[in-house]
Amino acid sequence: MTDVVAVRVGPRPVGLVVGAVILAIWVVCAIGGEHLVPDPYAADSFATLAPPSAGHWLGTDRLGRDVFARVVVGARSILLVAPAATLIGTVIGTALGLVAGYAAGIVDDIISRLIAVVLSVPVVIVALLALVALGPSNFTVIGVIGFIFSAPIARTVRAAVRVERDKDYVEAARLRREPGILILVSEILPNVLGPVLTEATVRLGYAVFFIATLSFLGFGIQPPSPDWGLAIYENYTLIRASAWPVIVPAVAIASLVVSVHLVAEGLVRRAER
Amino acid sequence: MTPPTATPALELQDLHVTYRSRGRNLTVIDGLSLQIARGESYGLVGESGCGKSTAALAVLRSLARGGRIASGRILVDGVDVGALDEDGLRHFRSHTASMVFQDPVAALNPTLDVGAQLDEVFALRGADRATARKATLDALDRVRIADPRGVVERYPHQLSGGMAQRVVIAAALATEPVLLLLDEPTTGLDATVEAEVLELVSDLQAETGTSVMLISHNLAVVAATCTRVGVLYAGRMAEEGLVEEVFAAPRHPYTVGLLRCLPGAGTHKSTTRLATIPGVLPELGSAAAGCAFADRCSLAEDVCRTERPPLVPLPGGDSRRTACHFPDRVATLTAASLARTDPFPEPDRTGEPLVSAAGVRKTFFQRRRPVRALREVDLAIWPGETLGLVGESGSGKSTLARILLGLLGADDGARLTLRGADLAPDVDDRTAQAVRDVQIVFQNPAGALNPRHTVARILGRAVKRLTGLTGEKQRDRVTDLIDSVRLRPEQLAARPAQLSGGMKQRVAIARAFAGNPALVVCDEPTSALDVSVQAAILNLLSDLQERDGVSYLLISHDLGVVRYLADRIAVLYLGEVLEVGPVEEVFAGPRSPYTSTLLDAVPSLDGERSRGTRAVGGGETPSADGCPFAPRCPHALPGVCAEKPPPLVQAGPEHVIRCHLPLDDLLRASGLLVGTRREVEP
Amino acid sequence: MTAAAEELPRVADPPPPPRRLLRRLLRPLVLFVTNLVLLSALVFFGAEVLPGNIGRLLLGRTADQRSVDVLNHELGADRPIVVRYLSFLNGLLHGDLGTSLALRQPNSQLLSAALLNSVKLAALAFVIVVPLALLGGVLAALRRDTWVDRTIIGVGVALTVLPEFVTGLILILVLSLGLKLFPVTAAAPPGSGFGTQLYYLVLPALPLVIVLFGYLAKLARTGTITALDSDYHRTAVLKGLPARVVVTRHVLRNALLPTISVLGTQAGYLIGGLVVVEILFNYRGIGSLIFMAAQNKDIPLLEVGVLTVGVAYMLLSSLSDLVAGLLDPRVRTR
Repeated sequence: MTDVVAVRVGPRPVGLVVGAVILAIWVVCAIGGEHLVPDPYAADSFATLAPPSAGHWLGTDRLGRDVFARVVVGARSILLVAPAATLIGTVIGTALGLVAGYAAGIVDDIISRLIAVVLSVPVVIVALLALVALGPSNFTVIGVIGFIFSAPIARTVRAAVRVERDKDYVEAARLRREPGILILVSEILPNVLGPVLTEATVRLGYAVFFIATLSFLGFGIQPPSPDWGLAIYENYTLIRASAWPVIVPAVAIASLVVSVHLVAEGLVRRAER
Repeated sequence: MTPPTATPALELQDLHVTYRSRGRNLTVIDGLSLQIARGESYGLVGESGCGKSTAALAVLRSLARGGRIASGRILVDGVDVGALDEDGLRHFRSHTASMVFQDPVAALNPTLDVGAQLDEVFALRGADRATARKATLDALDRVRIADPRGVVERYPHQLSGGMAQRVVIAAALATEPVLLLLDEPTTGLDATVEAEVLELVSDLQAETGTSVMLISHNLAVVAATCTRVGVLYAGRMAEEGLVEEVFAAPRHPYTVGLLRCLPGAGTHKSTTRLATIPGVLPELGSAAAGCAFADRCSLAEDVCRTERPPLVPLPGGDSRRTACHFPDRVATLTAASLARTDPFPEPDRTGEPLVSAAGVRKTFFQRRRPVRALREVDLAIWPGETLGLVGESGSGKSTLARILLGLLGADDGARLTLRGADLAPDVDDRTAQAVRDVQIVFQNPAGALNPRHTVARILGRAVKRLTGLTGEKQRDRVTDLIDSVRLRPEQLAARPAQLSGGMKQRVAIARAFAGNPALVVCDEPTSALDVSVQAAILNLLSDLQERDGVSYLLISHDLGVVRYLADRIAVLYLGEVLEVGPVEEVFAGPRSPYTSTLLDAVPSLDGERSRGTRAVGGGETPSADGCPFAPRCPHALPGVCAEKPPPLVQAGPEHVIRCHLPLDDLLRASGLLVGTRREVEP
Repeated sequence: MTAAAEELPRVADPPPPPRRLLRRLLRPLVLFVTNLVLLSALVFFGAEVLPGNIGRLLLGRTADQRSVDVLNHELGADRPIVVRYLSFLNGLLHGDLGTSLALRQPNSQLLSAALLNSVKLAALAFVIVVPLALLGGVLAALRRDTWVDRTIIGVGVALTVLPEFVTGLILILVLSLGLKLFPVTAAAPPGSGFGTQLYYLVLPALPLVIVLFGYLAKLARTGTITALDSDYHRTAVLKGLPARVVVTRHVLRNALLPTISVLGTQAGYLIGGLVVVEILFNYRGIGSLIFMAAQNKDIPLLEVGVLTVGVAYMLLSSLSDLVAGLLDPRVRTR
């Protein structure tokens, strides 16, 4: 029967809880780091690419460094770099989107064109170009990813602003001659914060995605950091000898992106309700 | 109840419908019973949230997600709709009952042409391609579409609202249904189009013998189209009976309230306040133990709050039923003294106008094609008066308002003045006094208030920007404002989402009055509100005018509202003012042929609707120089009206009409036509 | 009321405005060209202005100033920026894509060979993912809020967020090293037939399929749900049409239009994923070419490589806009 709809039990936030727990574990690893595990930089040249043992729970990498220790400490770099890049992208993108959406005309045209052009090249490729020019480091990675992410965020904000701009409360503000900047910040901005936050949480997931990818390509976080993407880059060619140094950081990355995604999705769903 | 002699087209037996929301079952339809005989047209009226649409959707078993028929039976042509299986239901929908909704363009698939969407209905009944197409053309012809062969090839976005609704009605009637459900079929359409669609429905019903259930918030629409009416309140039937009887002598206090709060002919703000219904609708799903209306009823006694009044037949009345414990006392309900005691200040039109606009033109560009929104408008508003601006969609009403407010620039050559001095076209260039003086109340109170701000902030900001008051003085002013629009100080902390539509509109009005304005533009101030709320807002606007001597530019498509609130009327058609005059003179005539068309199109509560002056055609776009109404005018003079700009005809000291017809002809046209048409009516 | 006393007048709408085909084609073209110019400026800025001193970038910090100056002169990098950009643009307009610094070969040769390889891989991934995702999304929408919906969208989206090198590695470990179903490399031995080539490309295509599936399926689901919640869908149901007809005639086209119009942009994004996949599977496509250029600081090759990817993206997204426009009468008859 079409009119009898199965009773909808609100989806319990299982995803949110699972995601938050995994994320919390990685945050603890990032903060605790060296205090929780053996020295991640100590190379045991007699036990390179060793399988798991009592001494090395998850084996060792090509230099004989403890894989478990490195994966725990390796959480730190990505958990610093990804949020920082997202924050920069959100701030720049929101500012650009507000201006483009409200100003219309030539200003909007220019900003929109630039956004479209940045979006027309895949993130990894633009990032490669910029990182060759600037030289890879944590700071350049943050700057480059932040810059690239400002484009999609600006586009989202611009669309939201254009919806709000035509509403009567903005006209009412103009009718009491509220200064343009106040109309933007005090009237419109609070009403587009929802989409901004949604977009930012989604971007955080992608920041982890792309920064890990860049590290895997050797253009992200630099050695001797125990970063996960970097670890895969360093040990990938030896995968036939031992998969442990590759598989462990890969699983770590997978669990981190999925947990960020689950938390983001859960928060968005909460906000919608 | 005695079994009916013939099977009714629709029978609802103690219907309960619930919606599931946030884990709770809310009762939307609470024990509704009614019968519609074959060939009968039945109107279901009530304010928003009373469950009208839900009732209709339940009949077709097409409730929205979470909706459920909790108990009761629905019989259409004797068939228990609730017991149908999937195939049976499909057959029922394709053969027995069909429905027409409010937004006709949205009801049509945007990616299929009109022909394909009609053909499939006939194909479903076994017709082959050629037969189906022929039937489609016939069906379009039956709904009085002039060019069926052209229309079948169009896509929905290429149709006007009225045309799209004809197509939808054609599709609904294609199945030759026993029952046709119409849910606000003309809401959102212009008055003249509404009149055409309603007449079409009446005629088709007479031709086909289909039973009709018409759902509307507009009592007059029901009066014009239906023979019987049911008044719904909070999911329960308050009263039902023949339209003339119910509207002439209501026997339920709610019906009395609904009828009284409508501004009718003869009531004007200067002499009478409108009646209102105190209190608010009960919250959805809060099924009252007693009468749902008890809390708002002046007749209510203890029994009303504890015992639910059954819907019982009234003695003597033909199918009259009411759900009131004291139906006999309803007649004695006298409205509290509504006459204004103090004399309403007369607007002074001897001196200089407060605001004037001369030579206002506005051309928009749509994909580089010029669209002339305003052709050449001259208007003046004097202190203390209300000028009603009347016109259909696309007439340029809102464009004109935005130009006066300085939100939109007019084409070169326009001149605006305020108290005799030039008024800058852009609000940013205006003096502080001019900004204070010209303010607005928007149509949709939900969009007019920033959802993230509290009432206190919304009003405080307006006071600060417009008067410069700060601190304690600003707060005092806000308190005064909130008091003058009859809101409570506690509501200052609320955000718009926590307020009802009427309350939001009060906040918007308070904001407009923050700087003691001289002119407030009211752009359809009540069209988003229920009639009982509308009455309260109209009273408030009148009271503020009485107190402050403020002028209003009242934009409305509702002639009843304009007639009540306005002192003068300006009639706008396709960017040109065709008539300006004192409100009663315009209503009495002589009038411009367009004004007559507009007035005749509006149905009235007594169910009388003249089939008089009707706009014809509408196909051609008017020429640049001639009268814009010429292509649709029934009195157009060949070779004149469409070519030359119409002159001004002086119909009274303050009443001018822009028309090629001489005054004598206009007089004759206003009176004569109605007479001749009446004779033909059976 | 008895039968109509008189026939109501018939109504007609004004005819729709004539179509202006030329203008509709002209506007996207102008837009395309401006985007192209902007893109070239952006790439030029990124590759030649951002580093500051190209010679220094190439030779490293320890090189002496003289050899840096000589190299800059050789490369023309000692000229004013505007002159350099104009000559870069001029070269592009005349089909001169420059020469690779590291490989000493014309960039156009390198690119065309690599592009062909990449297109093969991307096309295979696309052919697999599009039907799967559309089907999955529509199915999820039709079974909204059931376990079918939650599984398709939940799994799909969880996979979408995994970087291609992670999924790629896991696929290699399981399917190639573990089960030995596929070769570890994407490049078939020279002279192999179509079937063998295809077989070598399946495993590399899978990470791309995985990364796109969730996104496209979610879009298709949203589009379908919008169509299912529409008034015209309700009309179709209330006409009494069989469910199958309702879905195919009234839901699907409206539902998939938004998805189709982003297919092009997604195909463009595939190329970003190609960088990783091509490296992982040792495949000589445009992604690995760009990566190699980046590693060698081969700026001329890097520039035109990035430009090529951008142009491909723009072409594909224009194409899908065009297709969506043809399927949508609201656009077609405007």
